[in-house]
Amino acid sequence: MNRTPFVILGVLLTIAFSISGLVLVPNWQFQEHKPVINARAGTQYPAPLTGPALHGRDVYVDQGCLYCHTQQVRPKGYGGDIRRGWGNRRTVARDYMYEFPILLGTMRTGPDLANIGARQPSREWHSLHLFNPQITSAGSVMPRFEYLFLTVKPGGSIPKGAIALPPAFQAEGSHIIPTERGEELIEYLRTQNRTFPLPEAKQ
Amino acid sequence: MTASHDSQESSGLDQVSRILIDDSSRVAVLHWFASAVFWLIMGSIAAMISSIKLHNPGFLGGIEWLTFGRIRPVHLDIVFFGWASMAAVGVLLWLQARLCHVRLPWPLLLSSLAMVWNIGVAVGVVAVLAGYGSSIEYLEFPAYCAPFFAIPALGVLAANVKMYLNKESQHTYVSQWYLLAATVWLPILYVTAMACTYFGLVQGVSQAITNWWFGHNALGLWVTPIAVATAYYLIPKVTGKPIHSYHLSLLGFWSLAIFYNWAGTHHLTGGPLPAWTITVGIVGSMMMFIPVITVAINHHMTMRGVFHMLKTSPTLRFTVFGSVMYTVASFQGSLEALRSHQEITHFTQYTIGHAHLGLYGFFTMIMFGAMYYIFPRLTNNEWSSAGLIKIHFWGSSIGVLSYGIGLCWAGWWQGVMMNDPSIPFLQTVQYIRPYLIMRSVSGTAMTVAHIAFAVSVWRILSPHHFKMSGPTLFTTVRPAWKEFVNEQERRQVEVQK
Repeated sequence: MNRTPFVILGVLLTIAFSISGLVLVPNWQFQEHKPVINARAGTQYPAPLTGPALHGRDVYVDQGCLYCHTQQVRPKGYGGDIRRGWGNRRTVARDYMYEFPILLGTMRTGPDLANIGARQPSREWHSLHLFNPQITSAGSVMPRFEYLFLTVKPGGSIPKGAIALPPAFQAEGSHIIPTERGEELIEYLRTQNRTFPLPEAKQ
Repeated sequence: MTASHDSQESSGLDQVSRILIDDSSRVAVLHWFASAVFWLIMGSIAAMISSIKLHNPGFLGGIEWLTFGRIRPVHLDIVFFGWASMAAVGVLLWLQARLCHVRLPWPLLLSSLAMVWNIGVAVGVVAVLAGYGSSIEYLEFPAYCAPFFAIPALGVLAANVKMYLNKESQHTYVSQWYLLAATVWLPILYVTAMACTYFGLVQGVSQAITNWWFGHNALGLWVTPIAVATAYYLIPKVTGKPIHSYHLSLLGFWSLAIFYNWAGTHHLTGGPLPAWTITVGIVGSMMMFIPVITVAINHHMTMRGVFHMLKTSPTLRFTVFGSVMYTVASFQGSLEALRSHQEITHFTQYTIGHAHLGLYGFFTMIMFGAMYYIFPRLTNNEWSSAGLIKIHFWGSSIGVLSYGIGLCWAGWWQGVMMNDPSIPFLQTVQYIRPYLIMRSVSGTAMTVAHIAFAVSVWRILSPHHFKMSGPTLFTTVRPAWKEFVNEQERRQVEVQK
């Protein structure tokens, strides 16, 4: 007896079942998400990225930051995320409604970045950290992203927006200036802020 | 499928037909295999660069193309698309032809599809190195690479179905089901995932679910069934013993088909998703105990009484190692999916250790075993050196075990430390650093093993320079192989009675 059609049908059914369950149903469930709009202040949360921060996300993607950093805060009592100060609440599906591609990540060789903009708002800190992580985080295994910066040789004229390097790190120059891509990446990191109190994230 | 407790080819496939069938599959299978071995070496180089960079970030520093965030996904993609998938296609084309007792259809077309696939991998690698990767794990290659994989996958599917429909064997062996299912699943998985992620068919966190639905199923529904099918074929074939239980193999197949599909969302435990999506992933992962235990029983019981053959047969030693690792890695994987376990190990090196125990310890080792069996039959040549095979076996087995155990240990404590906010984060980094160095050492052992294997493959493909006669076994005294062959023939005769 030839059972080939039965086998192929069974094989197709199993995968059709998981596509509907894991791809289609959740996507349909999340369609109803709406941002919280504050009409008086003219703001909304979450808001789509714009300007340099939007381009900065492309830099984040092409440098592969995701392979060492997550962008998600686990619930209180599950892991140490909130107690470490990585966020004031868990992140929920609505936080990511405008994200394409989504960059949740699966690895924490480095710390979580879901709220890095709230934790480290300064452009200077991000510049120094990206230029040479040892300046701000001695002992880190993060690579240097010196190609996202221009350096000013000691004695050279210092342009506006240049950031002074600490004396111990002046071998390559006295000041650094982020390139356009560097500036965009820093802007993107500074917008990472998921502290807005969404009602469903109370737990 | 009729209840054949027989070994697969005992029913009437004579030596001449075997030669004719191998003759038809030679060009295509060797093309897929040689490409796979090439990518294995490339993947090892990318692996070593990423591994060293993670404990010495200054290594090859300042070169944007080789920054960790690019070379690490390049390693994964080369190994998955270049090595694992191409080895899998080679094995499945050869095995399905043998089991169906038919010649491989369209050998030249299937051979040129290997070239198409190679171009896809090469273009994808350059794109990711140049900064056009997507940062979607397992799907980093840009969308324009998709046809280079989707079209060959459909071609392989067509060839597989054609062989299966025209099969001249009286029985269907369990391996054939796995091979057929894997070739049906691959194009559906890949095209669905690419369409959803690149053309915005799913939004928000659904992208992450789709990503892991693909990432986990690419292992579970594509490479795993092929390795299981290969072990199901090679273990009885080499030992000359029939598979232990037909009914168990049936249960194993269907439970894998049903449950593995759902396991992927355990990669998102604790993430910003509704609890039910994670729970189905955990349930699916736990149910995987069923297919894993059935396969373990079947393979172990078949090996019972013939474990001494591991001393002589390279094919058997690699395959049985892989088969045991299937049980180990799958048990680990199922337990890992539990929320209490994930609270500690998620986001740590533990996951990386586990992934290598699975994709390397289980899948890759079985592919090595299969290649040691298939290459001599297609080239009419023999392996040139038992020494090279020994280097290969010990380098890769000790390498992957020290890699897997070391990183799982380190990852566990990394997770425990990370969950304790009184420990500064940078201390977790300093804690794992010695283990990362150890990982580079293990990786070096594996890379040396791969080079030994590539040299062996190069020699067996160059019959003018390295013509061997008589099988190359682990035992040092050459004439011993005769005894081994006699023993094998005696067993097969017994089985046929």
